[in-house]
Amino acid sequence: MTESPPDTAPLDLDAALAGSQVEEILATLDRELVGLVPVKTRIREIAALLLVEKLRAAAGLSAGQPSLHMSFTGNPGTGKTTVAMRMAEILHRLGYVRKGHLVAVTRDDLVGQFIGHTAPKTKEVLKRAMGGVLFIDEAYFLYRPENERDYGQEAIEILLQVMEDQRDDLVVILAGYRDRMDRFFGSNPGMRSRIAHHVDFPDYSPPELESIAGLMLEAMQYRLSAPAEAAFAEYIERRRAQPNFANARSIRNALDRVRLRQANRLFERRGVPLTREDLMTIEAEDILASRIFTEPVEGEPRGDDGATEGST
Amino acid sequence: MRLTQGTFSFLPELSDEQIGAQVEYCLTRGWALSIEVTDDPHPRNTYWEMYGEPMFDLHDAAGVLMELASARATFPDHYIRINAFDSTQGWETVRLSFIVNRPAEEPGFELIRQEVEGRHLRYTLRSYATSRPEGERYP
Repeated sequence: MTESPPDTAPLDLDAALAGSQVEEILATLDRELVGLVPVKTRIREIAALLLVEKLRAAAGLSAGQPSLHMSFTGNPGTGKTTVAMRMAEILHRLGYVRKGHLVAVTRDDLVGQFIGHTAPKTKEVLKRAMGGVLFIDEAYFLYRPENERDYGQEAIEILLQVMEDQRDDLVVILAGYRDRMDRFFGSNPGMRSRIAHHVDFPDYSPPELESIAGLMLEAMQYRLSAPAEAAFAEYIERRRAQPNFANARSIRNALDRVRLRQANRLFERRGVPLTREDLMTIEAEDILASRIFTEPVEGEPRGDDGATEGST
Repeated sequence: MRLTQGTFSFLPELSDEQIGAQVEYCLTRGWALSIEVTDDPHPRNTYWEMYGEPMFDLHDAAGVLMELASARATFPDHYIRINAFDSTQGWETVRLSFIVNRPAEEPGFELIRQEVEGRHLRYTLRSYATSRPEGERYP
């Protein structure tokens, strides 16, 4: 390294940051994703590391290509897929993946039905993900210890090989529930050691869920009246206590049903002219009509509020 | 005798980097890529055997190069070509096809002259390699 600049030559971190436009994505991440402080901190750290790594490379220092495979653990609806998409964008801006697209798959896309079916299937998915990010949702389903002839193991082996050999070509993100992912890594030490970043997604608190609902309503151009806001806070409280609560996803589904009831309410008062205001406003009665309010809080959910939401 | 079929056949062999750049061009045009192999170099042998399935929805050349590497490992002494198929209406055809692997020795072709009625001649082209059975042509 005879050409490397002297150790004291200043390198401009700000310029590098501005040039990569990463700050912009991080800001949108902050704006559009409520809560998730540990996740955001971690992503900032990863972005900082990658940026510093680029500067080091420019200064003639090399530590090798950093391993970027990640695992996202957390309950359903905590924003794993959304963050993965942003991650793909950040890695693309920093030049660590060439195309920056996200290919989201589950076990069914990787594992075949019969002998000899798995390898081509897994390879096809890997080929599609090249240059971008491969997001494997509920990755623990790949490994089924109860069936020793399960083809999932074959898919894992192909994945491991590509994760090791073609680190420059794609980044793999595994996602799933925390405890099941822990068990998955426990029985696949090779996988655990190839993943550098384990990011845990916490559940949302009730105020966070409320602001998520606010953002969603804003995007859909609705607004809650003051009594409706109070009713929705109550709704969140009750819904959280129920089984199958899926954080932001449950909120989205609840809002969809509220819109349904609002439309029905407007439809029933035909004859009275509607204003723009009427079309936008959600009243308390739209929310209070939910079954959640008529059932005891501890009870098993029935009907459309809750039971239909799987843990996908 | 060096076989000249398909695009770029009069150029020196493409490096992997150059192949990647060509594939990248095909992907930006939205063409689907596929890999084919044969050990019968006759110019009228248009239907080569598919190596794997055609690759749709790719974003990056690395996927094709990965498949090519495995094709080369399986058939080091075969002809291998990459085809780019354009499915847009009005085309529906192969837009680019080039050889990316060839046997170390290419024995070339024999020109057979058959004398028929009068002093007429009929010509036939026969590859020396095809005198041996399939799979054993390029030892």
